[in-house]
Amino acid sequence: MTAYTATVTVRLKRGVLDPEAETTQRALERLGFELSDLRSADRFELDLDAEDADAAAARADEMAERLLANPTIHDYEVAVTER
Amino acid sequence: MTVSVVQFGGSNCDRDAVRALAYLGIDAERVWHEDGLPGDTDGIVLPGGFSYGDYLRAGAMAARAPIMDEVRAAASEGVPVIGICNGAQIGSESGLTPGAFTTNASARFQCEPVHLRVERADIPWTAAYDEGDVIEVPIAHGEGRFEIGETAHADLVDDDRVLFRYCDADGNVTDAANPNGSTDNVAGVLGERETVAVLMPHPERATLPDLGRSTDGAGILEAFA
Repeated sequence: MTAYTATVTVRLKRGVLDPEAETTQRALERLGFELSDLRSADRFELDLDAEDADAAAARADEMAERLLANPTIHDYEVAVTER
Repeated sequence: MTVSVVQFGGSNCDRDAVRALAYLGIDAERVWHEDGLPGDTDGIVLPGGFSYGDYLRAGAMAARAPIMDEVRAAASEGVPVIGICNGAQIGSESGLTPGAFTTNASARFQCEPVHLRVERADIPWTAAYDEGDVIEVPIAHGEGRFEIGETAHADLVDDDRVLFRYCDADGNVTDAANPNGSTDNVAGVLGERETVAVLMPHPERATLPDLGRSTDGAGILEAFA
């Protein structure tokens, strides 16, 4: 078994309104910053032991499917590194 | 008919639901989620509140609590299930109904009376109304914006599973009457079985005559009678 960190990034699908991101963007603009768009995402770092990187990614993938993301509004990606 | 009102940590409309149902002469009791559904349950309310502090997403944690397996099993056997506000979020998170409820377009918590157009009146949830009726019921939520993919939305409309839409006092479904940016002004939908429904507005807060400005919500809860 090898120790891995699987990083799951969950973000809203393109085209789904993100009122919190819009509010954050407006606050940045109020501070004088110039930007054309702002997107936010949730990042989960999962420490786990697995046979290999593929097995670690598969487990993280299932966690995203079953809880971390809501497939109606979210896309997600999984990245695995050795810990 | 004994209605089980499922209480999670952070539920806060469970007592209101029991009280409104009792007022309508319907036997109802609160059920702590860890205790499981009583054997004589023949109706289920998933009440409003902030289960698990809305961690991750509103309803996400409660939707994965073990009692929800029992709720889904009961629903598939035809036991009527209604999810109200946080209960609607739990219902959609658990797959009982299509779509998702997420952050209001205003990015604010909104607590206000709204008008709803009754889109189906041929089922027990809305048997007290006529199709096209306008009822006034309050909302109180920060994550009530109904989102659903384009294809799933088309299916929802084709299958006639929209139960309520936000509208103005005259029944016009307009952007101005949409309090939270919901797709197609959807305020409540049906599950695969018409005995399963969720809605963001609170019928239990518009049932007791002494409580507020409207008793229009009583007709929904009367489905359990």
